[in-house]
Amino acid sequence: MQDLKLRANDNRGLSQLEAGFDLLGWHEITQGSILHSFDGDATNIVNLKAEERTYSGYNSYTATVASWRVDKPVFNIDVCIDCQNCWVWCPDSSIISRDKQMLGIDYDHCKGCGVCVEVCPTNPKSLLMFAEQRELGEALSQWPEKKKKEEKN
Amino acid sequence: MAITSIKNLKEFSTNNDRFEGAHTLCPGCAHSMIVRELMNCTDDNLVISANTGCLEVSTAVYPFTSWDTSWIHIGFENAATAVTGAEAMHKVRKRKGTLPDNDAPVKFVAFGGDGSTYDIGFQWLSGAMERGHDFTYICLDNENYANTGGQRSSATPIGATTSTAQAGSHSYGKKEKKKDIVAIMAAHGAPYVAQLAPNKWKSMAKGFQKALEIEGPCFINTVSPCTTEWRFDPKDTILLTDLATESLMFPIYEILDGHELNILYRPKNVLPVEDYLGAQGRYKHLFKPENKHVIEQIQGDIDKNWEMLQRREEARI
Ligand SMILES: Cc1ncc(C[n+]2csc(CCOP(=O)(O)OP(=O)(O)O)c2C)c(N)n1
Ligand code: SF4
Ligand code: SF4
Ligand code: SF4
Ligand SMILES: [Mg+2]
Repeated sequence: MQDLKLRANDNRGLSQLEAGFDLLGWHEITQGSILHSFDGDATNIVNLKAEERTYSGYNSYTATVASWRVDKPVFNIDVCIDCQNCWVWCPDSSIISRDKQMLGIDYDHCKGCGVCVEVCPTNPKSLLMFAEQRELGEALSQWPEKKKKEEKN
Repeated sequence: MAITSIKNLKEFSTNNDRFEGAHTLCPGCAHSMIVRELMNCTDDNLVISANTGCLEVSTAVYPFTSWDTSWIHIGFENAATAVTGAEAMHKVRKRKGTLPDNDAPVKFVAFGGDGSTYDIGFQWLSGAMERGHDFTYICLDNENYANTGGQRSSATPIGATTSTAQAGSHSYGKKEKKKDIVAIMAAHGAPYVAQLAPNKWKSMAKGFQKALEIEGPCFINTVSPCTTEWRFDPKDTILLTDLATESLMFPIYEILDGHELNILYRPKNVLPVEDYLGAQGRYKHLFKPENKHVIEQIQGDIDKNWEMLQRREEARI
């Protein structure tokens, strides 16, 4: 069976394409080829957090879609109640939750869809969309006050 | 079976994702919400296949894969065929004791879009269900062939405009009704068949766990709002799913052993279907006076279907 890893060089960075990954062309790939998601043993992956894993350069985790964003979600930890709504509904695995706590956003993989902001139940929201180029500190300093009931939506 | 705790979202969120970001599904696509839930509801090894469609092409953009489990890239019709072949091989090798780890629990899952499930992979799916393999098939039902530009499928509801059933001066969009795939799969006598929705994360995770746990062929139809073809703002994917379940356009229920029906979610205040239709560009034309009768027909069909589901549940047969 063809192992696509054989042609890979060791220069794995954020993007194989940038790193000049030596890829097999479409006409060279045979049926039944394998792309490995991890370097080395992958049997215990389910028990490892992202930061403990040895992602291979073929895993899309090592790539980024940050350039897709026009607006970005900003997280305000002071308001967050760790409900994990944002975690369960983020379509891009970009909410970083550890030990039942929401820690922040993975800006390499977030596409800025805004779903997390919509499903955040706090008042004011703990996640809000800001223009991509806005500094995080500046965004946080402009956080709205708690809305009174009658003002809500 | 190592099912993960889903008592509440906090517990659920302690699972380590096995579906990775930087896939190329549209922002706000529900396909990946559904896939993440499936992969997070179990600790078992997974062997997954996917029919060609948005999910497959967006999670395997060469040289990348977004899958941290075994995943089989296969043709439009063949997710059920491929994964049940793998399941059969696994069974034999387990019996012979030739697996690297003979005790490691493995679950077999196939994902298909509605185009592949309701139409083009239909006979292969039916065959796999009939052969009785131990696998779970999950349809990501966005009611159109999204990956190729939004053609109508037999899952597209009446009245929706699609690239091959366009609304215009002489047409209100698709003329035919949606196929009842849940009933068809139940008719195979499958031990577990259900329709679930990502906004109801708990019933969805429970349904997935049930399907993975039960031995035999299980089928789950999931509503997967498609921001591009349904034409709504990507931030509103969960809102759209809420409108789908609250209006009963997508009732949430399961059918056990081909006959025992249980409703899994009853909206407190059922919303008129206009609320659901009006939130999407693909139904915009239905609000013109000459097309109002289509909305009435859709509402009538929803009411009849809900009545049927409730009576079947009551009958306990
Ligand atoms: C036999 C065959 N016919 C047609 C195609 C082209 N094709 C690729 S994806 C796709 C649409 C998939 O629609 P669906 O199954 O609903 O998945 P979605 O993209 O909507 O998630 C089509 C028609 C194909 N790959 N193979
Ligand atoms: S904006 Fe979308 S992709 Fe980004 S973290 Fe929120 S839900 Fe995830
Ligand atoms: S949805 Fe809002 S409150 Fe809940 S965990 Fe996310 S940021 Fe915190
Ligand atoms: S076209 Fe629809 S189903 Fe396909 S990736 Fe975009 S939102 Fe998802
Ligand atoms: Mg589809």
